[in-house]
Amino acid sequence: MLAESIRQQLRQIVGEAWFKDDPEALVTHSYDATPMVQNLPDGVIYPHTREHVSEILKLANEHRIPIVGRGAGSNLCGGTVATEGGIIMVMNRMNKLIEIDQENLTATFQPGLNTKEFHLAVEALGLFYPPDPSSMVISTLGGNIMECAGGLRGLKYGTTKDYVIGLEAVLPSGEIIRTGGKLYKDVAGYDLTKLLVGSEGTLAIITEATVKLLPAPKYKKTMLAMYKDIYAAAKTVSAIIGHQIIPATLEFIDNPTLRVVEAFNKIGLPLDMEAVLLIEQDGNDMVQVERDIEAMTRICHEQGAADVKIASSAEEATKLMMARRSALSTLARIRPTTILEDATVPRSKIADMVIEINKIAKKYNVQICTFGHAGDGNLHPTCTTDARDKDEIHRVEQAFEEIFDAAIRMGGTITGEHGVGMMKAPYLEWKVGEAGIELMKGIKRAFDPNNIMNPGKIFAKESRKRLVVQR
Amino acid sequence: MSETSIKPKLASTSVNPLAERLKLTLNYDELSNCIRCGFCQPSCPTFKETGIEAASPRGRLALMKAVVDDLMVPDEAFREQMDLCLGCRACEPVCPADVKYGQLLEQTRDAIEKHTEHRWWVKPIRNAVFKQLFPNQKRMRLLGSALRIYQRFGIQGLVQKSGFMKLLPDTMSQMERILPEASAKGVIEQLGTYVPASGGRKPIATVGMFRGCIMDVLFTETNINTVKLLSEAGFDVVIPEAQNCCGALHAHSGELDQARELAKKNVDAFRTAGVDYIISNAGGCGALLVEYGHLLHDDPEYAEAALNFAENVKDVSQMLMEKGNIPQFAVKENGSGHERVAVTYQDSCHLRNVMKAGNAPRDLMNRIEGARLVELQGADRCCGSAGIYNLVQPQMSMDILDHKMEHVKQTQAHYLLTSNPGCLLQMKLGIEREQMSEQMKAVHIVDFLYENLVK
Repeated sequence: MLAESIRQQLRQIVGEAWFKDDPEALVTHSYDATPMVQNLPDGVIYPHTREHVSEILKLANEHRIPIVGRGAGSNLCGGTVATEGGIIMVMNRMNKLIEIDQENLTATFQPGLNTKEFHLAVEALGLFYPPDPSSMVISTLGGNIMECAGGLRGLKYGTTKDYVIGLEAVLPSGEIIRTGGKLYKDVAGYDLTKLLVGSEGTLAIITEATVKLLPAPKYKKTMLAMYKDIYAAAKTVSAIIGHQIIPATLEFIDNPTLRVVEAFNKIGLPLDMEAVLLIEQDGNDMVQVERDIEAMTRICHEQGAADVKIASSAEEATKLMMARRSALSTLARIRPTTILEDATVPRSKIADMVIEINKIAKKYNVQICTFGHAGDGNLHPTCTTDARDKDEIHRVEQAFEEIFDAAIRMGGTITGEHGVGMMKAPYLEWKVGEAGIELMKGIKRAFDPNNIMNPGKIFAKESRKRLVVQR
Repeated sequence: MSETSIKPKLASTSVNPLAERLKLTLNYDELSNCIRCGFCQPSCPTFKETGIEAASPRGRLALMKAVVDDLMVPDEAFREQMDLCLGCRACEPVCPADVKYGQLLEQTRDAIEKHTEHRWWVKPIRNAVFKQLFPNQKRMRLLGSALRIYQRFGIQGLVQKSGFMKLLPDTMSQMERILPEASAKGVIEQLGTYVPASGGRKPIATVGMFRGCIMDVLFTETNINTVKLLSEAGFDVVIPEAQNCCGALHAHSGELDQARELAKKNVDAFRTAGVDYIISNAGGCGALLVEYGHLLHDDPEYAEAALNFAENVKDVSQMLMEKGNIPQFAVKENGSGHERVAVTYQDSCHLRNVMKAGNAPRDLMNRIEGARLVELQGADRCCGSAGIYNLVQPQMSMDILDHKMEHVKQTQAHYLLTSNPGCLLQMKLGIEREQMSEQMKAVHIVDFLYENLVK
């Protein structure tokens, strides 16, 4: 509960209508897209300017009130759930596209801008902003920056962190800092821009960002390689990279995922296959794009693909990509609860990881479908279950622990693009070690000595013991 | 990954009758199917207008679930939020988890209605409208006649001139101006109950024409044109006299029992008529007709017949495209020289999202020689008419309409076609509000097709 005097001050800052603490507002901001995580905040606030943000943070800092920044609430790691109460700061009123600078090839915007709308504005000028999380129709760029969102084009173009070059952010003290700028080179001190990208709202609230843009590739070709053998599909991924071809997209989809995606999209995906690879290549040289597609077709066949199809039209290619983007949510049709993880391994280990996931699922008798950005090693083992079945949920938890463990053993990580949030906080130490955790906590203290910025995220109250898996 | 326990700190300890009712009526499995991914939000007009989570499908589902989970009591804000939903169902086709949002909303509104203490004068009016007027075609006719007398004999002019209308909000007077002339005679009075396939051909199939209630009073002409079009396309058309209002307004306003009664009568009427298909020309009616199976699913006597009925419901545009011998259409020489007539189309949400008519209306428009189809940006987004929404939520309805009209203007079309009477009136209203009636006309797609039929 917030004291009446504080609520009055908050209303004064943003205006009567834009601070809410009625049951409706609290309930509808008690969740994000993470399953089985819900907690009521004490209030919801919608700032409209960076000054609003600064004044709210100052007040919250003085009274030690947790602040949880929120874009569209499409997080999958519990990042925008107020697990310790406090105020949810919804950024969607700050959604201006400030400018697209065609001389510097940069764009500057406020954090609440919808990712898809931004893509459309950029593409209308023949430019290109590669990060494309599957949630981009709903997600906001501020959220993308805070989680360092990836997407389907990561292997060739990198992820959000590779594009953010300047930020304006408000510290818990209310001070406003600016980092980087329209600069492709800037080594003035520590790289605070990169530090803030992926900081999950635990250090500061971003109020403006500048990203770099690329000229849009002129040509694009999409293909689908189909396999009766899941291992052959996974091996193809390393073979393609081994041949020094870097496609724009290289997605892996296993059979259970394929089935539900087809049921929702009805585009004629081959249901009798164990796995498919969805591959896209783009570029400014048609000949080179064609050559890559041909080479990859050959490699797919060499690795044992049952069939390879090349999309005959842009519509067909778009349909394939749209179908792939719907994979997560479509899996939700199987069972009420869907737990999507993003364990990531070096891409040479994709085949081993897929096999390991299937073995673990069998061992714990849970259903795990796997799809994901195989080309950059970022897999999405997705478990369809039912939150009401406590026994099963416990087995799911054990299975995922083992999957994280396997990923780290193979030189990978516990999260490739969703963030740590609260879901993976207990496992962070497995990845970064005790010294790593301590150092990160030191950084957190330097920014946020009173721990008001999204408390309870990234750092767990206690780390999970590394299990000893009997093999 | 363990579940965060959530303290029911918003719910009071005393029993709330509406909450108890919602626990009984809401399908909890269906509620649990929402994975809160948020994919519904870009498609939701009220979310687009407000930017408030609670005004989105994901938010409304969370509120329903919170009540059932004893997390909150269904207060006034809860009711208002459920009322604010257009029921346009645009969230359903984009929902990857296939949540039956429309059904959950209906269940919620039904429970709310049963527990609403209306002001003393509202109940009798609701009773009169929902129970005495809509279900009774004779009374609808009488109302039509009265309206017609009013329109015919200059009372309308008197009222308009006397400034009486100025006392009402702008919207009401604009509405009054765009209201079509009511007819005292419905489609059966004018055509009888049977119209054979034209030209003495062997019929492709026998179709039953659903005439609607308001449709047959305010848009009798469209009903007549629908029958004639179907006959031209090679169908025998039967118009069962025993049919009545579809019950859509009842179902959407929380009068589910009443809707079920009406549905049963229609199921009987068309079963007796022995038709192959039931044809609707109003997206809003059709959408409830195709859901009769769900509406009557736990009625042992009617469940199967209702399902059978629902499976054979089609919109007139679907029927023409899928089964008909499509006649030739060509635009008659238009007054403005030789430029091709530009037509645009505003989807009926229910036709698109519930009846899933796909491209049938546009496919038909593309067949009209001399007409150029201009795609309306955001045509798949609700226009704000939504049954009686524009009467009960005038502010939101007009905000949505004004945004819609920005896109309509950009089309520079001569004709704006729609597939539902509510949308048609709303589009007429939009044109009136923008003072564009000189250059653009809103027309029901059936009327436009029949008008340009090459006989």
